[in-house]
Amino acid sequence: MANQTLGLLGRKIGMTQLFAEDGAVIPVTVIQAGPCTVMQVKTAGSRDGYDAVQLGFGTKKTHRANKPELGRLESARMEEPPTHVREFRLDAETVGTMEPGRVLTVADVFAEGEKVDVCGTSKGRGFAGVMKRYNMKGFIRTHGVHEFFRHGGSIGTRLTPGMVLKGKKMPGHLGSERVTVQNLHVARVDTERNLIFIRGGVPGPNGAVVSVRKAVKAGS
Amino acid sequence: MNLLEQIEAEIVAARERPTVDMRPGDLVRVHVKIIEGDKQRIQVFEGTVIRIKRGGPRTTFTVRKMASGVGVERIFPASSPNIAKVDVMARHKVRRAKLHFLRTRRGKSARLKPIRDFKPTARR
Repeated sequence: MANQTLGLLGRKIGMTQLFAEDGAVIPVTVIQAGPCTVMQVKTAGSRDGYDAVQLGFGTKKTHRANKPELGRLESARMEEPPTHVREFRLDAETVGTMEPGRVLTVADVFAEGEKVDVCGTSKGRGFAGVMKRYNMKGFIRTHGVHEFFRHGGSIGTRLTPGMVLKGKKMPGHLGSERVTVQNLHVARVDTERNLIFIRGGVPGPNGAVVSVRKAVKAGS
Repeated sequence: MNLLEQIEAEIVAARERPTVDMRPGDLVRVHVKIIEGDKQRIQVFEGTVIRIKRGGPRTTFTVRKMASGVGVERIFPASSPNIAKVDVMARHKVRRAKLHFLRTRRGKSARLKPIRDFKPTARR
């Protein structure tokens, strides 16, 4: 079924290093996750037909929100409109503990040593060539080659099939797409400031909004 | 100070060993913890600091020494728990932050002019 683990919305702060006891360097991404307010609870028994929560993250000024957004504040028991809203599908058991207006923090969701998945929007690279986009080799630099250094080579054959096959890897837009990184290790948790330190890199630039959830495939 | 700088400052502050006042051109003795099986011992690496790359807990410094006529450089993470202590034995007058030019020199031309009234942090 769908990804039924609880998560939080957060902001990528940046990367730094921690040290393990044996002196090994742990590269970590710092994410400020939450606090997120439960705005709506969907259950399989109701007309929604599935179990999920909608979480709101961040705040913006009331005059920046439109009327539909303001209309949701009352049912969500919130004071200020959130900047980001996202839905997390849950299992029936977890969804029972949720109610609108409940504020979720890092302490409620994550613990040190767990595995998490992080979804975000990757850095935009614009119109990129095939070497950057698909890791093609390019062409040799010597033996009289000119104006062909970063090309991808031949894109097809001759009369058969007489066309370029669909899905041929060619230059185009790279990045700015939704990327999920699975099974990242939580190296440290700071419940006071809602920070989680995740081993390794996370999609997107510093300051980007990412969603962090308990790893879907953690069991295997 | 932004949040990341704040976090990095805390990681540095949480370190057990105090920060050493170390500059490029210093002659240092780095006491490195070495774990062999279940035993731990201390090895000393003595040489000249030729480069410090600063960045909170990500700070590293490079120590260069001549070992049996061969130049040996070792890069240490300044915040590493594997460094027991760093003694500054001498300080030299240098006019730049990165002393990479020492790599092309050996013998007399590789000498640096000591600062006379510098007090070493340890005795040999």
